[in-house]
Amino acid sequence: MDVFLLQLLNGLDKGGAYALIALGLTLIFGTLGVVNFAHGALFMLGAFCAVAFNKFLSLEVITTDPERTTAWGTPLEIRTRYVEAYLGDIGAWVVNYSVPVSILLAIPVMLLVGFVMERGLIKHFYKRPHADQILVTFGLAIVLQEIIKSIFGANPIPQPAPDAVRGAADIGAVFGFDPGVIVYPYWRMVYLGFAAAVIAAVFAFLQFTTFGMVVRAGMADRDTVGLLGIHIERRFTVVFAIAAVVAGLAGVMYTPILPPDYHMGMDFLVLSFVVVVVGGMGSLPGAVAAGFLLGILQSFASMNEVKAILPGIDQIIIYLVAVVILLVRPRGLLGRKGVMEN
Amino acid sequence: MSFIRKPLNRRSILRAGAMGGVALATPTIITSRAWSQGYLNEPTGSDVVFGFNVPQTGAYADEGADELRAYQLAVKHLNGEGDGGLLNTFSSKELQGNGVNGKKVAFVTGDTQTKSDAARASAKRMIEKDGAIMITGGSSSGVAVAVQSLCQEAGVIFMAGLTHSNDTTGKDKRKNGFRHFFNTEMTGSALAPVLKNNYGTDRKAYHLTADYTWGWSQEESIKKYTEDMGWETVAAVRTPLGAGDFSQYLTPVLNSGADVLVLNHYGKDMVNSLTQAVQFGLRDKQVNGKEFTIVVPLYSRLMAQGAGENVKGIFGSTNWHWSLQDEGSKAFVKSFGQEYGFPPSQAAHTCYVQALLYADAAQRAGTFEPCAIAAALEGFEFDGMGNGPTLYRAEDHQCFKDVLVVKGKDNPTSQFDLLEVVEVTPRAQVEYPADMLGGELGACNNGV
Repeated sequence: MDVFLLQLLNGLDKGGAYALIALGLTLIFGTLGVVNFAHGALFMLGAFCAVAFNKFLSLEVITTDPERTTAWGTPLEIRTRYVEAYLGDIGAWVVNYSVPVSILLAIPVMLLVGFVMERGLIKHFYKRPHADQILVTFGLAIVLQEIIKSIFGANPIPQPAPDAVRGAADIGAVFGFDPGVIVYPYWRMVYLGFAAAVIAAVFAFLQFTTFGMVVRAGMADRDTVGLLGIHIERRFTVVFAIAAVVAGLAGVMYTPILPPDYHMGMDFLVLSFVVVVVGGMGSLPGAVAAGFLLGILQSFASMNEVKAILPGIDQIIIYLVAVVILLVRPRGLLGRKGVMEN
Repeated sequence: MSFIRKPLNRRSILRAGAMGGVALATPTIITSRAWSQGYLNEPTGSDVVFGFNVPQTGAYADEGADELRAYQLAVKHLNGEGDGGLLNTFSSKELQGNGVNGKKVAFVTGDTQTKSDAARASAKRMIEKDGAIMITGGSSSGVAVAVQSLCQEAGVIFMAGLTHSNDTTGKDKRKNGFRHFFNTEMTGSALAPVLKNNYGTDRKAYHLTADYTWGWSQEESIKKYTEDMGWETVAAVRTPLGAGDFSQYLTPVLNSGADVLVLNHYGKDMVNSLTQAVQFGLRDKQVNGKEFTIVVPLYSRLMAQGAGENVKGIFGSTNWHWSLQDEGSKAFVKSFGQEYGFPPSQAAHTCYVQALLYADAAQRAGTFEPCAIAAALEGFEFDGMGNGPTLYRAEDHQCFKDVLVVKGKDNPTSQFDLLEVVEVTPRAQVEYPADMLGGELGACNNGV
């Protein structure tokens, strides 16, 4: 039972990440009709906003001690962080909370990246076949990856969670289990809450604002909205930027769970596309539902008891589910009829 | 006047194509290097080309970059530039810093991408197009085994870089392939006594293992040696390579009754699984009245950097570490550090040493003929390269030398000072019979 509950939590957590990325992918596909293979790179760029912010906060005053030398014979460098040298405890606190605080940097950066990407490249491919869109966005993803690699290297860069939420909580004790039976990392719970909040915010934005209403109308019938005199293209550019921000924020908050490296976006991209297809191309609730569903299934498939019966199931479960769902219901779980069915 | 007397049809085009093909191939057959040379890619000019096949993209790209730095430094030293590095401490004094066999060393590079097929393709390109006389490099045993096999078929020498699976010089060994790096058998025999001294003999271990040749080999060796000293293996679970999030594999560990977690992971997988194991509170747990313990059998400094402070107090093994104080290690750290501004990784060290060992064998043999070089390397004993007295065993082409047991440092003084050497396990303790790991070397191949 305890392992079952823990795997459920793992699944929800993983599902949260899948859902956030898939949500952005679906927004872009639903509005612009573009299959964005650079979306994983946006997730990775978000994570590197956290890394860059941390590096900025960790800039150091370097002095040398001529009395002591390194193993290769140069004077030993003594490094002191500027932020701590000038701000003392407040500086140390900001460094400690660099991951959540870097959201403030990630939002404008990802908005800018989204605008530039859509206006500078994606808009030229609206009327081109999906294969062209996939090729150009995949190429862009590789370019972005290589830029990040050239700046930050290929080695993962650890980004610890703030001290206050490091370690694991004994959540089982709250529900009457023996102490220590169900422990779960604080930061993963923070991530789950964050994912839920971002998903809710995106839905609220689309549901309760005039802008969102126009976008939804545009997703349903772009031409008619255009005939009403609404500059739908401009709004879709904003939607693209919002999708970039959602992916970026998912990346920022994921860094304490997975030390970021330049390739992390590609690792999530394929899974996220499966999530979008299972949920239904263009369906926002479908993306969220499928994200959580596949995350949970993947977690349960990794249980030793399950693998003892079906070896290797953990590695193919989501593709198996995708095949079954597409055979039974080609439009996906909550997909609209007619979208990507041909 | 027309040379085509009949109208063109499919048959005449095919016939003309076949005749043309034969005509074009004929001079190639006659003048082919394979016919005119004593062995494949015999250098005829003033240069000899080495092929450095390292991961320049993919999960081990940072390690590959360090390997490439080391190779470039080795080429400099072989050609008499720089401070000479390990040539000054190497027990063999054949190399004089004037190239090898009177030829200047040049090099070409390939990107293995840490994928066997890509690594074979780049090695093939370097051999066939660039005329590489030897291939060296790699990170990942899967890649090493694949490239070693290709070099055997092609007829060049392969000097393996970082590869730790027993199979490289065990069941997959080849006459044309040589490994300086240690293997999982040596890790097991060196690490187990240290684990026994620190954690006792009554322990229950849970293994998470990367699902490929190195992971299987590592798991088997650690299980063998820890079970021999009394540890019980609760479970050994295979995890996909590059899983990213290991939470679903770590969750069953929590209440499995195990009090030790052995992470048979390397590179990014190890960074992620260790980081997440610490997040799940495994290091703070008490199980069976004992403090829960994590073991990382194969360490590297680059991995330790990726895992950050999570490595503190965790035991593992390594082939070489820059903090060693023997003359060879100090010379290499000085040379590398002055060139690049930071200390070399174990991957850099093993690759640099392999390049020098190949060059030295060629110099001693007086030729670049692969079989002569293989004979010069077999049974070769040397010192001064940072690992103490070392033997290239003739029977399996595996180097035997002291093995380091290291621990994540509690109070690192810099971003490079993350591991401390807690024990230098003598070579005699990690040696094993040559036929223990199976495989056959087969015959040497000169490529003609």
